[in-house]
Amino acid sequence: MIAMQPIISVSNLSKTYASGFSALKNINLDISRGEIFALLGPNGAGKTTLISIICGIVNPTEGTVLADGHDIVRDYRDARSRIGLVPQELTTDAFETVWATVSFSRGLFGKPANPAHIEKILKDLSLWEKKDSKIMTLSGGMKRRVMIAKALSHEPQILFLDEPTAGVDVELRRDMWEVVRSLRETGVTIILTTHYIEEAEQMADRVGVISHGEIILIEDKAELMHKLGRKQLTLQLQQRLEQVPAELSSHGLELSDDGNELVYTYDTQGERTGITALLKDLNDAGIRFKDLQTKQSSLEEIFVNLVSERR
Amino acid sequence: MNYHAIRAIYLFEMARTWRTLLQSIVSPVISTSLYFVVFGAAIGSRISEINGISYGAFIVPGLIMLSLLTQSISNASFGIYFPKFVGTIYELLSAPVSYLEIVISYVGAAASKSIILGLIILATASLFVPLQIQHPGWMLLFLVLTAVTFSLFGFIIGIWAGNFEQLQLVPMLIVTPLTFLGGSFYSIDMLPPLWRTVSLFNPVVYLVSGFRWSFFGVSDVNVGISLGMTLAFLAACLIAVWWIFRTGWRIKA
Repeated sequence: MIAMQPIISVSNLSKTYASGFSALKNINLDISRGEIFALLGPNGAGKTTLISIICGIVNPTEGTVLADGHDIVRDYRDARSRIGLVPQELTTDAFETVWATVSFSRGLFGKPANPAHIEKILKDLSLWEKKDSKIMTLSGGMKRRVMIAKALSHEPQILFLDEPTAGVDVELRRDMWEVVRSLRETGVTIILTTHYIEEAEQMADRVGVISHGEIILIEDKAELMHKLGRKQLTLQLQQRLEQVPAELSSHGLELSDDGNELVYTYDTQGERTGITALLKDLNDAGIRFKDLQTKQSSLEEIFVNLVSERR
Repeated sequence: MNYHAIRAIYLFEMARTWRTLLQSIVSPVISTSLYFVVFGAAIGSRISEINGISYGAFIVPGLIMLSLLTQSISNASFGIYFPKFVGTIYELLSAPVSYLEIVISYVGAAASKSIILGLIILATASLFVPLQIQHPGWMLLFLVLTAVTFSLFGFIIGIWAGNFEQLQLVPMLIVTPLTFLGGSFYSIDMLPPLWRTVSLFNPVVYLVSGFRWSFFGVSDVNVGISLGMTLAFLAACLIAVWWIFRTGWRIKA
């Protein structure tokens, strides 16, 4: 099988602002057609800058971006007409009606009027009842939906959602995930930024972590979940050990530096965790412990560790 | 050309005009009518004719120019400044539209609005004073050229302005004084020679003079020079806009 051409291809992309601040450093990233890609990172990591460059709002300092094979600078018409953007800030017109603003967006992106399509989007986003309301009369959550509707008005193949659920209540967040999933079923590629780990876990096929303007990890979510599936059992010993006894070597135990703790790592998704056997062997070896605890590493923890290692 | 986009922006901007009808059209008409009452009827009756034209009729072209300039600038500057201010400009920047298309649609809408306004003021004026237009073709040419040129100028101000104060600054401190001193209410021939020479550095003099010539066939400066100066200012604005978009100045990071 021939590998499919990535729908977005970022090469050696850098952005240095006039102030000298280097927001992105040599970013390389390929997004596959039809996937949901979550870009994770702390505030100020460069997520929004990266999206803004791809969408044409910020000029890159160096490097190139191809959207569906079209250079975003040279071929900006072809590139941009394929992209929809929902920015982080709730920036909408106030006095326009929902219908007018969504229809406007479609025209702006060069598509002839298509009331049936606009109607479908508004219905999918539960905005149909509000189509004649002025935007300023809508709640924050509704405004967020309007922005998504605007971004979808021109039938983009690529959708950027910059912090789509920031400041959104739980119900709307679930609705939003539903919308994103159904979009993916129609073949739309979705790139979302978030600092909610849960969101990435729920939605993404792949996860990228960005920190201080650098991509420090790109991984399949399944891979990450596998790491997530690991648990650690920590045994606090009554007597310190110099080394792991030979009869316990088959369990792959680790001894803490001070010798007071034994750490056992296991996979909760495996058929057998090996805990029963371990406890029996410990008993047989005469090792007694004061206390025990188990701990599951979260994506958040992996993420925090990754980010802090770079500081 | 992305005609759908031009149409969308143009209609969006015109919708703003209709939505704010009172402010956009009615209030300039009222204030212009007040000028007529004060300068035309009340004071004007005591002022002798200028070049054989009654004072009331003489000020009509000047008044239309005054509205045309201020409205073109404020429409166009607000039209582009507001999306910048509230942040909706993201959509414009991420859309597959060229800079030319952005300028055509925004400036076109602002100019359309001021041309409509100019014609309404003209109609209003004809209720107060008997008017004749000797060169209707030239009249329309000056009307359109001025509306387009100053809409472009307003567009530049809208992009330059970092806050609402700056948005008002140029119209208030530069354009209004230049218009009042540009022969809207008098012929520059009435000035002492020194001030007459100074007036010739005021670009508005040429606009008013040319526009007045199209009504009455008399002017302060030759109509060809008026047209030339207007076109020169238009060219200067076009170059400035071209440079702004080329560099992304004040729009893109």
